[in-house]
Amino acid sequence: MIRLMIRPTIAAIALASTAPVLAATHTVAPGEDAQERLQEALILAEPGDEIVLEAGRFAMADGLSLDVDNVTIRGAGMHASVLDFSQQQGSGEGLLVTSDGVTLRDFAVENPKGDGIKSKGADDIVYHAVRVTWTGGPKATNGAYGLYPVESTNILIDGSEVSGASDAGIYVGQSSRITVRNSVATDNVAGIEIENSRDAIVERNFVSRNTGGILVFDLPNLPVMGGGNVLVRNNLVAGNTTANFAPEGNIVASVRRGTGIMVMANENVWIAQNLLYDNPTAPIMVIAYPLEFSDPQYNPYPRAVTVAWNQVDEGGKDPQIDGAEQLLVAFGGALPPVMWDGLVGAAGAPPLAVHPEIAGWTLNLTEQGQGMAGARPAPLAVGAPGGAISTEGWGAGAELAARIK
Amino acid sequence: MKPGGILLAAAVLALGGGIAVHPKRGAAEPVRTVSDAAIMDGLPRTLAEYGFFADAPGQLPAAGVTPYRLNTPLYSDGAEKLRFVYLPQGQRLTADGEGLLRFPVGSALIKTFAFGEGAERRLIETRVLLHRAGGWEAQPYRWNDDQTEAELALVGGRTQVVTPEGQTISYRIPNKNQCKECHGLDGAVVPIGPKTRNMDARWLDAVVGEVPAGADTLPRWEDRARAPDEAAARAYLDVNCAHCHRPGATASNSGLDLRWEQRDPQAFGVLKRPVAAGRGSGGHEFGIVPGDPQASIMVHRMASTEPGVAMPELGKATVDRDGLGVVARWIEGMAK
Repeated sequence: MIRLMIRPTIAAIALASTAPVLAATHTVAPGEDAQERLQEALILAEPGDEIVLEAGRFAMADGLSLDVDNVTIRGAGMHASVLDFSQQQGSGEGLLVTSDGVTLRDFAVENPKGDGIKSKGADDIVYHAVRVTWTGGPKATNGAYGLYPVESTNILIDGSEVSGASDAGIYVGQSSRITVRNSVATDNVAGIEIENSRDAIVERNFVSRNTGGILVFDLPNLPVMGGGNVLVRNNLVAGNTTANFAPEGNIVASVRRGTGIMVMANENVWIAQNLLYDNPTAPIMVIAYPLEFSDPQYNPYPRAVTVAWNQVDEGGKDPQIDGAEQLLVAFGGALPPVMWDGLVGAAGAPPLAVHPEIAGWTLNLTEQGQGMAGARPAPLAVGAPGGAISTEGWGAGAELAARIK
Repeated sequence: MKPGGILLAAAVLALGGGIAVHPKRGAAEPVRTVSDAAIMDGLPRTLAEYGFFADAPGQLPAAGVTPYRLNTPLYSDGAEKLRFVYLPQGQRLTADGEGLLRFPVGSALIKTFAFGEGAERRLIETRVLLHRAGGWEAQPYRWNDDQTEAELALVGGRTQVVTPEGQTISYRIPNKNQCKECHGLDGAVVPIGPKTRNMDARWLDAVVGEVPAGADTLPRWEDRARAPDEAAARAYLDVNCAHCHRPGATASNSGLDLRWEQRDPQAFGVLKRPVAAGRGSGGHEFGIVPGDPQASIMVHRMASTEPGVAMPELGKATVDRDGLGVVARWIEGMAK
């Protein structure tokens, strides 16, 4: 009997899936029950549909979520359509995306209690002209991440803005094929962070008033490790002088105020053609993971890091480092722009090459996890960059950029 | 566990003997009213369309619908939960070790959330998980004020309830997507409750027809004071946290794995640093600091109700004092 009932159902599903998909547009206006109306549209959307947010402020009492593939959420502009989470009562983020092929564009998320927009296991995603702002400025009570794609492949973040994140403004974690470009990250602890990820391009961003500008990290004890193949170029990284306001316990809480571009435990990182001004601890820092760890799969050392030509000021004029006064005297008033911890790892040779016109210094540490107490600072003496490398396969696919043309 | 829970447990065993779908008792089965068509397709607008209940407001199940309980339940602001499983005619549950029971296509899991005792009891929502040809689907139904019917609530909603502790809270009925946040595993929706390790051996024997190895090993929550601290705490974490905090699930990127079977202390939080905790860290360095619950992020987040800090992220407006106590006691007793 049950069979008789199931068969027509399966036939109906088969028919439905072969029928042409007609994309529909669902427009949602601000006002009463905006939360319910918008969430309903997100749940009932069919693949290919577009959810349009009219101009205005949308009061959100709970987090939103999208779990349908190939949906676009489009507002009237990052200052026109604002999802306001000031009164949020639940959920860990403002908007959660868990489906593939999604495009988020032209709207803002303000004052989410946790993260701003998180996309997890959401491949082929575009964030274009979206804004996440904690309007009270840098505060430890702000949420952790502004834009937060994680465990995903093929990610384009373009023309977006994040400020106020108590961890990283734009954070891409445990992902691959990533482009973060033309975006603005200000007043966060970390402006842009690429963590435990591969094949990433970070270019043409404006990164200012953070504690640290652009971080390329690899951390232990995570499902995805082995970060590498990261190109950081043509960014303006200036005035990252905000005191660290991250809650203790998070890795970024250890980032020193005044860090420009920081590489920790990655391989094959290329830093070129950036403009680095007023990052008074270290315009460029290359170090091993400094903490204890027990994960046998984890490599704490940076490998094959290239600092090619960058426009850099005189360097660390006001470093937030133990013994700063003596160091400044020793180095003639400013620490040279490139700081390395001196750890060579299994390779036995320095993990970085630096353009001959850019000076550096080393802590000359001899053991991972040793800390500043073991430092014997000295000028940096490493080789110059070799030939150009191939970035074939790095960054988001061209089809993502085509979506926002 | 409240008296209601114990009564329910007794009812389960009684019903399990009388109404449960069991091949041996097939001849005595009453007429079935459950709509297999509603389970298999569409978005039924009301709970009544499924026909799961002989008396829905009274939560008396129809033929083929069997109540069950869990040894250690998931905390939901102190809601009383009434759990049922439906199996299509002639189909049966199978067990494969201590993990999830295997449900044939056409099965349904039904869970009603209620607050208040006796005549004051009010049904808030009934969540159904339907095992369809293409996989499991979750649908939330919200009870009306008159308690006569529950209507499909794809977007969930909020409603005021008074918890058993007497606190008035804004209770969140999850939306369809939020169902998946907890029930999602490797991209698919799966049941999370009915693992044989967390179910009564007598029920399994009566309904499944066997008691697999490892079944009924999680302590009963009402007996937690007599259970070893570690067993009570690990059972609590398995049931309340591990549907997200495990590989392939919503919180997989945290690297924290709170499943009962996880034996690596760092994987379940001991001296494990946070990854994406943000202000959820509360200024602490590790998930669990042996001997020091107050310095443990796990305790800090369980003790919070603030979005962005509070764990679990969903289905929690109040702190589970009993659960927190069990976890804190376990951490307290760990060798430093």
